[in-house]
Amino acid sequence: MPSSFVSGLVGRIRGHDALERELVAVVGRGRVESGAGALKLYSRDGSVTRGGHPGIVCFPETTAEVSACVSTAARHGRPFVPRGAGTGLAGGAVPCEEPVMVVTTRMDDIYEVDVERRLAWVGPGVVNLDLSRHLEGTGLHFAPDPSSQQACTIGGNVASNSGGPHCLLYGVTSAHVLAVEVVLPDGEVVVIGAEEGRAPGYDLRGAFVGGEGTLGIATKICVRLTEDPPEVATLLLDFESVQGAADTVSAVIAAGIVPAALEIMDQRVVEAVEPFVEAGYPMDAAAVLIVELDGMTAGVAAAVARIQDIGTANGARTVRVAATEDERARIWKGRKSAFGAIAVIKPDYYLNDTVIPRTRLAEVLTRVYEVVEERDLIVMNVFHAGDGNLHPLIVFDAREPGVMERVLEAGEEIVRISVEAGGVLSGEHGIGLEKKRFMPLQFSPADLEAQDRLRRAFDVNGLANPAKVLPSGASCGHVTSLGRAPEGTWV
Amino acid sequence: MGVIDLAAFREDVGGSGPVCVRGGGTHWDVGGSDAGARSVPAPEGIEAFEPAEMTVTVGAGTTVEALGAALAEHGQEVAIDGPHGSTVGGALMVGRSPLRRGRLGEVADVLLQADCVGADGAAFTAGGPTVKNVTGYDLPRLLVGSLGTLALVGRVILRTRPLPEAFAWMSGAVSAGKVVDVLYRPATVLWDGVNTTVRVEGNSQDVDEEVDRLQMLGMETSVEPVLPPEWDRWTGALPVGGVLEVGAGVVHRPDAPEPAKVPVGVRSLGERVRDSFDPTRRLNPGRDPHRVPA
Repeated sequence: MPSSFVSGLVGRIRGHDALERELVAVVGRGRVESGAGALKLYSRDGSVTRGGHPGIVCFPETTAEVSACVSTAARHGRPFVPRGAGTGLAGGAVPCEEPVMVVTTRMDDIYEVDVERRLAWVGPGVVNLDLSRHLEGTGLHFAPDPSSQQACTIGGNVASNSGGPHCLLYGVTSAHVLAVEVVLPDGEVVVIGAEEGRAPGYDLRGAFVGGEGTLGIATKICVRLTEDPPEVATLLLDFESVQGAADTVSAVIAAGIVPAALEIMDQRVVEAVEPFVEAGYPMDAAAVLIVELDGMTAGVAAAVARIQDIGTANGARTVRVAATEDERARIWKGRKSAFGAIAVIKPDYYLNDTVIPRTRLAEVLTRVYEVVEERDLIVMNVFHAGDGNLHPLIVFDAREPGVMERVLEAGEEIVRISVEAGGVLSGEHGIGLEKKRFMPLQFSPADLEAQDRLRRAFDVNGLANPAKVLPSGASCGHVTSLGRAPEGTWV
Repeated sequence: MGVIDLAAFREDVGGSGPVCVRGGGTHWDVGGSDAGARSVPAPEGIEAFEPAEMTVTVGAGTTVEALGAALAEHGQEVAIDGPHGSTVGGALMVGRSPLRRGRLGEVADVLLQADCVGADGAAFTAGGPTVKNVTGYDLPRLLVGSLGTLALVGRVILRTRPLPEAFAWMSGAVSAGKVVDVLYRPATVLWDGVNTTVRVEGNSQDVDEEVDRLQMLGMETSVEPVLPPEWDRWTGALPVGGVLEVGAGVVHRPDAPEPAKVPVGVRSLGERVRDSFDPTRRLNPGRDPHRVPA
């Protein structure tokens, strides 16, 4: 073995030891992990991506500690990867290039709730649903409600610009983030945005939200709190065809009604969910549509009547208006536990996330079913129909020979169909590693260069969550994404 | 409706020399001046409007009034305000949110896609055409309020909203807090130091009910107030002749405010963004968004 190789290896190990020592000095022993168990645990997130390699994992508790972690990594020429609860579905938190993982889950303080000014300052590690629970009784809530809200953190919501069913009326996370304290990739701390109104200068806050951890680390977040509506009506419509449900959605929007939520679940989802949740979804329906309307009493009542008419005109068999809070809660519980129930059908799933024009829902859904069924696979559709945000879920058993290739093909075809229909690659899960290679389907080289200009301005040395989002630049070492994995590697 | 000629716009902008786009010129002095930069017009006209999609594709040089009239024919509107003559592109680049932001939302959330010419003279597209989109970096939000210093915008796709069925303006010597307490999502609440003026909107029966509640507080029907022309960040003290937009962080005032104070770190990040997009500072060289207070 050449001695230069040995000395290089020894130097690298010594360098790693020095890095670990310095990180321990920064955040304390017990909050730096480099054992095999931790490295394995933090090698992946909620996506199907496998094979990430964290260098070392840190659990800072303060802004100063996050800044010191980032600066220490930079001194050693190491990249860093911010991570919340790791529920992301696009591989955004999968470590590339043996980075320092900066896990913000311990930064879970709710610092301030200002009911009068309708804002709250929270740590990035606060769990989305915990904030909502904390706000109970104030008459206010945090509007973004991703399906993972029991586990996902506000910091992760900021990084992903997360959505959720109620974003149809209220907007995605960006519309609910007023200001962010950010540790920039060089360790500097800035506060971007403002508690009220627009901050002077560029909307750096708007650019940062959805940056998928490539622009810095959010260490404190000022969120907008939304007034609880005085009246809420939740409707369940069921249809003999998915097209009927899709046409109803398009017709509701065309009628100038923007409900709080418009969600479609197809028959396979209903069959999987209903036995567990007993939400009262008709098991023989081809699709059910959940509509939620909120606001003042008369406006809600008028919209309910309109939607009953529109639904009936588009083939709804029944239109049920939840009569009690319990009935309403069960309708939503079914929707929000859809992914969990899917394991009864097949052990593995691949969840896609694209957006199409909402006037073209019915035709694109037809194509989605065709594309998947042509490949002898099963697709289940449960999605945010009101903003055209498709979530086709291909379920499969990875032990079946050759199935991965077919899943990959179908997934790629769905992305193509969506873009060709005038849509986009992702509505709320982001690009991460998973969809990087599809970016040229939607963007020209000049478009991508403009996006890279933003990234380079924030991350001059290219150390923040490398190999994510943009297709140019580094690839992510040993990582395998769907379809390129050897058989049997799917967990 | 016609197709917007983006190629001609790109040629007009070119690849060298100081250049800017002049819209209606209604806020021409915001954040600096044109500093003698060559001025080019942005394309005008509505290219596509799909009421059922609730999006509109429009040339940046189209006036806010013309767009508003076209959308109103189908019962819709956009979250963009501007005085007579102002253009869609100009309003987006200045980045003021509409007075009715309580219902319409912020201007930052209205721009879905922008077809631009960069400092190098190359055309590029920021964002995407759908109402929901997290594909890549959020350049549309970065462009709103950038005063044309990062790219020049030729065509935009905007999110529309349904027009409210009814609205009412009410005014009276009642504290803003009391007014807000009896309402659900008022479109705007204004306070001039004595009187609170509010606009409620939505379903006509709901509006009637809110008007009743406000009358119980002693408020009376009024008209849309004429606001002073300049604006500043709210710092807790109302200037002479000023009107506060309650909860929006903005105070309307008769005279121009002092330039904003921006923390060093934020400014330096902003300058890096500008240098990254426009290394030679040829786009609107005489303007600086950091001077705009709110």
